[in-house]
Formats: sequence, structure tokens, C-alpha cells
Amino acid sequence: MAVISENGANTRNLITRLWSNRETRSVIIQIVTLTVIFATLAFIFRNVVINLDARGKEFNFDFLFHPAAYDITFSPFIEYSSRSTHLRAAVVGILNTLLVAACGIVLATLLGFIMGILRLSSNWIVNRTVYCFLEFTRNVPVLLHILFVHGLIVIQLPVPKKAVNLADSFFLTNRGFFIPKPVWESGSGLVAVVLLISIAFVVLFKRWAKKAQDSTGRVYPVLGISTGVIVGATALAFLAADMPLSWNIPELRGFNFSGGIAIKPEFIALWLALSYYTSSFIAEIVRGGILAISHGQTEAAHALGLRPNRTLQLIIIPQALRVIVPPLASQYLNLTKNSSLAIAIGYMDVVATVGGITLMQTGKEMETMIIVLLTYLVFSLIISGFMNLYNKKMALVER
Amino acid sequence: MSDTAKTYKIGQHPDLPPPRTEVGVLGWFKHKLFSTPLNIALTLLAAWFLWSVIPPLFEWIVLDSVWTAESRKECWGKMEVPEGGACWAFIKDRLELFIYGFYPAPQRWRVNLSFVLLIMAIVPVLYDKMLARKFGLWYSVAFPFIAGWLLVGGFGLTPVETDQFGGIMLTLIIGVTGISFSLPIGVLLALGRRSKMPVLRIVCVMFIEFIRGVPLIALLFIASTMLNYFLPPGTVFDLLLRVLIMVTLFSSAYIAEVVRGGLQAIPNGQFEAADSLGLTYVKAHLLIILPQALKISIPGIVNTFIGLFKDTTLVLIIGMLDPLGIGRASLADAVWAGLAREVYLFIALFFFICCFSMSRYSLYLERKLHTGH
Repeated sequence: MAVISENGANTRNLITRLWSNRETRSVIIQIVTLTVIFATLAFIFRNVVINLDARGKEFNFDFLFHPAAYDITFSPFIEYSSRSTHLRAAVVGILNTLLVAACGIVLATLLGFIMGILRLSSNWIVNRTVYCFLEFTRNVPVLLHILFVHGLIVIQLPVPKKAVNLADSFFLTNRGFFIPKPVWESGSGLVAVVLLISIAFVVLFKRWAKKAQDSTGRVYPVLGISTGVIVGATALAFLAADMPLSWNIPELRGFNFSGGIAIKPEFIALWLALSYYTSSFIAEIVRGGILAISHGQTEAAHALGLRPNRTLQLIIIPQALRVIVPPLASQYLNLTKNSSLAIAIGYMDVVATVGGITLMQTGKEMETMIIVLLTYLVFSLIISGFMNLYNKKMALVER
Repeated sequence: MSDTAKTYKIGQHPDLPPPRTEVGVLGWFKHKLFSTPLNIALTLLAAWFLWSVIPPLFEWIVLDSVWTAESRKECWGKMEVPEGGACWAFIKDRLELFIYGFYPAPQRWRVNLSFVLLIMAIVPVLYDKMLARKFGLWYSVAFPFIAGWLLVGGFGLTPVETDQFGGIMLTLIIGVTGISFSLPIGVLLALGRRSKMPVLRIVCVMFIEFIRGVPLIALLFIASTMLNYFLPPGTVFDLLLRVLIMVTLFSSAYIAEVVRGGLQAIPNGQFEAADSLGLTYVKAHLLIILPQALKISIPGIVNTFIGLFKDTTLVLIIGMLDPLGIGRASLADAVWAGLAREVYLFIALFFFICCFSMSRYSLYLERKLHTGH
């Protein structure tokens, strides 16, 4: 009896000893965590195998090479017809996601910076108007914005026959917006080459000017010269090549417009709604970033004799950007992820093509969802990768 | 000017009032609206914009609106100009649907009761000066379970299928569940991510980054189509429960990042001080670290909650009837079709009131807790 109880006490002692040692305790916890996770994964894997078997399905990606047999009405980059493969449909979806995300990021940044700066204005009425707009936009779900803008376009805008006519070349209708399409004629290659050369020149000039400023202190009007060179050279080349550009203007034929570029209402609705929704967050970030720079910086710059615009350019903006860019990047990521709401209004992005119709037609839930998830994970990895690079470049060097 | 300078000796100049254009109403107008040419232009532009937007909107929403009618036709017939005003009769007609979804009418007292209990559960969280706050907080923790029992039924109450849930009630269910469960999970994830144990850290990082990298809608699709594959065959798993789990996991990853920011802001000295007092990891975190870290993270946490609350609308895409889903379904009704603006404005207003008051509260807390310099 005594021996047994002593043994029991010994083992208990051993366990408490192991547990109170920090190193062994951490090893035990990690082993337990790993075991639990692997057991869960194995359990899920087993269930998946059994369930797939029970439904007579196989896990493979062969369906990607079968004809998709559904239409995608919006494929601005690559050819697509209902006889194309599911893979092609997936690519169209991914490109559409990228398109709306890229356009959205540009417009949202623009709007966000303008509104952020207006929020700092001393002008009471402008300040309050922008504030009300921002608060209302931020506090209403983005899906509601998307549905609302889509409804506005589809219900409120007139049919093509009575289109809103802007300067006889832009037409707004409930079937989409129709804008002139540039047609490049022979000789436009020359213009493009000149444009590229002038951009290269400007980049080199900028570097040289910075070096010159660092060593001599002389400031060159970089911005003026750069714009002058780019615009001037390109315009000269354009004239010299006898204006190799004409516009294909949309025309009303029957019930719809033909010619020009047709932008689908779904795209416009998604683009506008995502942009102004995200811009309301960007505006707050910009405002916060500028306010974060203490007034002492401005005063110090003025004391050094810098003019107000140089102060802004050399002192305030570089410091504010350090505060602004990281949350800005996460807003870009949010916009990209929110573009998946396209499915609510029928814009064919990656969720609507692969995760929607392809899934429904092939019944391949696992495979299609894996493709969708991977697409977004890759986007977010790319954006956060750029972010980290930027942060490394801009990080404060402290003593 | 020179006159006065001659009349008075230095130091004996009587105080003159400031110029009339610099103070008072005139000064305010001069400085706040018309200080520079750019400002004048902006002021005029904004005034013109407001003038062209607000009166028509006010007319549409209030003056020309119709509050009692049986159909859209009757509604528009009552107006001087058809479609010239809002037809709030539609919203009034569907109000019960917007609030309760398809919850059976005889049982709706349970929803009302849960709502009252919800308000009682929020009070101790918001007001720290309440009497017996500790008991109140325990009640708040227990509330999601009480409400779950009340709404779903069983144990003496008539069971109600969750696919009959809808409207504002559904929004509140998803929002409140997500908020109350994602905070503890998020804190654990944040601690895991900062843990010195590599396995724990890697697992947490992978989970957080995966969830943050994909859109909620994809996770909801997984909940509605794929989750059945992960469970033993024959398991019946309620769709609402699946959605609740996904929403909770989703927002817990965001909470984790916010809390991690708060933890990083705690100086090392605090950890060392706790260690030197002989506190264990759990006690040090509960008593020293987390109270400070959570205090710093409050604005971020509330922002995450606001985002979560707005994101509840996404369940519409997997076929659940949140207010937006109810609104779209009602618009398909031929009697009322064509009143989209009224529906969207009503729902927007609901979300605006909820989210705006949350953000105001977070601002108030931020100011109150700002005990630094």
C-alpha cells in the first residue's frame, strides 16, 4: 500500500515538476496543440473522403478544361464565349476582379485625399458638408451602397433611345455608359516612343536634380520641367505624325448603342459604390495622418526659410505618408475583398464565375472554393508584400 | 491712426474694441467662410450644392410623402406629382417583416423580450458607474445563451426553425453573437501570436492571415456549401449556426490584430514588473497586461464591431433574409414594386443609427480613458 501511494505521489510530483518548468511546459503545450490540430485535420480529411465517396464525387481539377457553357457578358480583356473552358471563365473572373479593384483603388484614393484635405479646411460649410457625407457613407453597409447605385443606374437612367447625352459623344443609359473609343492609326507608334523617351529623360533629370540639390543646395523646378518635357515632346510628336488618333463615337442603332466603349451598369455601380465607400475611410486616414504631424515641424520649416509649398512638399507630406500608407494599404485590400460583393448585382468577378456558376454546374464545391480563396490570398499577399517593402524603405531610422 | 498716437502717451492708450469685422458673427463669416478667394469659391460651391440637394430631398422624404395607402398605385395617386414623394406606407405595411422576418406571430413576444434583455445586457457594459456592475456583467456574459434559448425554443418553449428568423432581428442576432464571442477568441489569438512557443505562434499567424486575406462572402459560401463535407456524414448542422461560427471567426481575426497592436504598445517594464511580483502568465495578463492593452485597443475594437455589424448584410447573398434581403423580397411584390429608394433609405437609416452611435460611444470612451498627458 505504502509503496503504491509513494509511487502515485512520485508520478504526481514528476508531472508538477515538469509543469512548473517553463521549458518542458512549453514543449508539452506545443505537442498537445500539434496533436489536436493534426487530429482535427485528419478527422476533417477522413470526413471529406467519406462524404465525397458517398456522393460519388472525386477531388480533381479536370472540370477546368471542360466547356463552361455559360455566358459572361463582360470580358474586356480576353475573348470568351460559352464554348470556352471553365479555366478561361475563371481567368475572366479574376481579371474582372482585378479591373474593378484597380479602378476602384485609383478613384477611392483620389476622392479620399480630396475629402480628407477638405475635412481639414477652415471653411465651415465645406468642412461640415464633407463630414456629414463621410459619416453617412461610413456607417452604411457597402452592399447597400452597391445595390443603391446599381438601382439608381438601372431604374433612374433613361433607356438608350432617350440617353443622357453629354457633348454628343458620352451617353448615359440604363444599359450602361457609352464612351468614345480611341482608334490609333499608323504613326501612333512614334508618339508612344517619344512619350517613353521623354519619361525616361524626366526620371534621369529628377535623379540628377536631386543629386545637384544635395551637393550644391540649388533647387531646380523639377515638376515644371518634367511636365513641360513630357507634354511638349508628346504633343510635338503627335502633331508631327499628323494626329494619328481618331475617335470611334457610339451611335444609336435600333434599341442600343453600337461602337465606342460600352461600360456595363454592373461595373459602374460596383466601381462607384466601392470607390466612394472606401474613400470615406481613406479621407479619415489622410486627415489623421496630416494632423499627426506636429505643428512644430511646420514652424521649424518656416524658421529655416522654406516657403509654404516647399514645407508641404519636403516636410509635411513625407512624414504624413509614413502614417498614412500602412492603413491605406489595408483599405486597398478591403476594397479588393469587398469587390466580391459583385455577385449581388451580377458583375462577373471571380466569386460569381468560379464560385457561382461553375460551382453550380459542376458541383465541385471544394475545388472551386479553393480557387477563389487562393485568388484572394495571392492578392492580399502581393499588397502586403508591397506594403512591407515600403515600410522598410520609410521606417524611421532611430538612434 | 497718427492722431491717436499723438494724443496718448505710450502705455496710456485706452483699450479699443477689436475691429467689427474680426469678431462676432461678421468675424466668424469672414474667417470661416470668406477668408481667401479659394475659400469663397468653395463656400459658394458648397452652398449651391446643399441648396440643390437638401430642399428636394426634404420635400421627398417629409413634405410630399404618403403614410397610409394599400398599394403603390394608391400611394402615387395621392401625390400631386406621381413619384414626387416617398411612399412610407410601404415600409409601414412591411414593418413587422422588417423587424421579425418570418418569426411566427404568436411567438413574437419572445423576440421582444430578448430585445429588452439585450438592452439590459448592454447597460452594464457601457456604464461603469452602475450599481452592482459585477452582477450586471455576469448577466451580460450569460445573455447570448439566454437569448438563444428564448429565440430558438425548446426546454418548455415552442421550437422555432432558424430559417424563419429574419429582418432586424437576424442582424442583431448575428451582430451580437459575433461581437460577444469574437472578443475572447480574438484576445486568445493575439496572445497566441505573441507567444514564445513557435508552434502556437505559427498556428495563430496562419489562421489570422488566412481569415484576413479572404473576403467574408467566400467564407459564407464555405459555410453554406462546403462545411457539410468536413463533418461526419449525416450530421445536420443549422445554417444560421454555421454562419454565426464563420462570422465570429472572421471578426476574431480582425480583433486579434487590433489587440496585438495594443499589446505591442505595452512597455516591457510592465511584463518584467509582473514577473518580479511572481505573477503567473495568466495572472499577469489578466491583472496587468490585458486591462492596459484592451484600453488602448478600444477604438480599433469598436471599429471592428461596426464593420462586423455592417457585414451582417452579406448573409443576403447566401439566401438569408436580413433587412436588406427582406427589402429586396418585398420589392419583388407586384403591389409595391418600384419603391426601392424608400426601402434602401429605411435600411440605411437603421444601420446609420446603430453604427454612428457605436462610433460616438467609442470616441467618448477614448476621451474618457485618455488619462495620459
